[in-house]
Formats: sequence, C-alpha cells, structure tokens
Amino acid sequence: MDQHAIDKAPDAAAEWPDQIYSLLKTHNITQVALVPDAGHSRLIRRCLADNEMKVVTLTTEEEGIALLQGAWLGGAKGVLLMQSSGVGNCINMLSLSIMHRCPLPMLVTMRGDFGEFNPAQVPMGNATQTVLEAMGTLVHRADTPEDIAPTVNATIRLAFNTFRPTATLIGQRVLGAKTFGKD
Amino acid sequence: MLAASGKLDRRELTRALLADRGEMLVIAGLGAPAWDITAIGDCAENLPLWGGMGGAAMIGLGLALAQPKRKVLVITGDGEMLMGIGALATIAVQKPANLSIVVQDNEHYGETGMQETATGHGVDLVMMAKGAGIRHTMFVTKPDEVSALHKAIHAGNGPFFAVAKIDATSKPLVLPPREGALLQARMREAVMGPAAHHQL
Repeated sequence: MDQHAIDKAPDAAAEWPDQIYSLLKTHNITQVALVPDAGHSRLIRRCLADNEMKVVTLTTEEEGIALLQGAWLGGAKGVLLMQSSGVGNCINMLSLSIMHRCPLPMLVTMRGDFGEFNPAQVPMGNATQTVLEAMGTLVHRADTPEDIAPTVNATIRLAFNTFRPTATLIGQRVLGAKTFGKD
Repeated sequence: MLAASGKLDRRELTRALLADRGEMLVIAGLGAPAWDITAIGDCAENLPLWGGMGGAAMIGLGLALAQPKRKVLVITGDGEMLMGIGALATIAVQKPANLSIVVQDNEHYGETGMQETATGHGVDLVMMAKGAGIRHTMFVTKPDEVSALHKAIHAGNGPFFAVAKIDATSKPLVLPPREGALLQARMREAVMGPAAHHQL
C-alpha cells in the first residue's frame, strides 16, 4: 500500500479482509464487481488471484448493479465492492434490482464517517445509509473488526435468500481516518 | 427494409437480426428497442428493460460472463448507450466472446419528445467502441449490410459492437409484460430449467 495514498487500507494484521474472501467462496460468489477502495485493497487482491472469480473493474459503480443483474439472469452470484461515495452513483440503477427482485449484496467501505479529514467525502458519506434505504436496500453497519464477517455473511444471505439489494457498511472507525500528517 | 427517409426501418432490422436466433439471449434497452423485440415475438429468452437507463450493455456483460456458451445480444438505443458509455471500456477489458451489442441509432431521445442526441452531432459510437478496445465493430446504414450484421452477432468472436443508423419514426407500441420478477424468472428458467427457482 502506498503510504502517501489518501485512503487507508486495513492493517496487515487485520483478519476481516480474508474472512470476507472466505465468505465469498462459501457463498459461491463468482462475479466481483468493483470500483477500488483502499479499504477493500487486500480483498481485491485475493479475488484477483482466484481463477474461479471474474473480477470486473467498473468505470462507475452503477455498472455493477447492471452487471450483477445480468449475472443472476445467467445463474451466477456476484457482489459489488465500493466506497461510500460510489453509492451515490448507484441510485437509479438500483431500480433494476427492485423491479426484477434481483439479489444484490453490496460491501461498502465508509468515508466521510468517523473522524473524516476530507470535507468532500462528508456529504455522500453522511447520506450513504439514507439513500440506500430510500432505494429499498436493507443496510447493516459493522463498526468493529469482529462485527464485519458476521455482518457480511448476513448481507449475502439476505440478498440471495430474499431477492433484494442489501448492504454492509464497513465503518471508518474500523479502517481509521487518514489525516494527511495533521494528527 | 428502408423507411421513407431512406434509412433502415427499426422493426424490420430487429426482425432480421433475431431471425434464426436459436438459444440467443436478448437484452433490450428501455423504450423503443424493448417494444421492437416484443413486436417480433415475446419469449422467455428476451429481457425487455423498463428502466435502468445506461445499464443494458452491462447486463449483457454479466449474463455473457455467467453463461459463456450462450450467445448474448444487447439491442439498445443511442441515448441509452451514451448514458452508460463507460461500459464499452469495462466490456473491452473483459473480452466476452459471446457478447454482441447493436445500437439502433435514430439520433434522438424517442420516448421523450424526439430531442436530439449527441450522435446526430457527430459523436461516433463505433469510434468510441474502437477507442475502448473493442476490435470487432460494424457501422450499418444499408439493407444489404444487414445479413453481415446478423452473421457477426451470431459468430461468437466478440465482443462485437455495431451501430445501425435507423429511421426516427416511432412505431406502434407493443408492450412486453411489466412485471420485472416475471421477466427475470422466465429468463433464468430458460437458461437453467426449473432448478433456477431453487438456486441457493
């Protein structure tokens, strides 16, 4: 991880990125749609190294909603990884999942959340849960490392068992806020 | 196949492209392309979209990756394609051999009062697809080019991208079912059989 990167990646000792990867395998997730976030960087590397997974890097997050609609039409299960700012790009496209009753688990790393430094991240970060819920998504937060795997597991199960968009928001408190050397 | 304007008739073009389609799965962008595929014949292998503007090509990608042995065709309009134009880059990188995208380009937003789109002002979607890295492309304006287009979408050496310039006249509405859960479930059953409804 570039130490000058603006986002924070999980600590090398953190177990939760590998736990999420294991859950994706357990649930037979074969399409991983993403716009990168530092918080997901280790998970993304694990997925890229897995020949059974199609990792699709998107130009904008709403492409992922449509991609996973197509995946489900063809019997493949997918997950969408993104940063909270990307949730704003998804709003209208979530109509697809609701209209067709398409399972759509989203794993969102939060910015503009706990101790944010960058003012531009705050408007969307503050609105993330509200807009997802306004579009019919069932949202659960995980704000401690131990909470992440069970919450992600529930989010994936809820999506594929009940046919709807669901999301886990991984709080910035878990990742820590970048301070640009101002701490 | 030509309209009075001298341009291709959209519904005759659609009929020609879907002839002898076999097991091809078809996604149609919202608006006129959805009415077009329905007018030719509604079936489980069709997913006519009612919304999600800008998402048609990406739905095609997800389906093509999930079912690499099935041909997948996305038929959509110029306005819909422009809204999700980044998908061309995403698709070019994934290189699905079984995916074709045909843009029926009437240079207008047909459902909202025929306002002009960018393609009527020189924006070239084929050049954009080529720029993204999609190597197999066609630009079709004449009836005698349609059989080659039909051959290309069935060839399976995609990703393939084409623009067909069509007459802008609206056609009679032929509406598909409006229940999205039905549209999704019937295509899943067509692909996987009744087991589709018990997938965990």
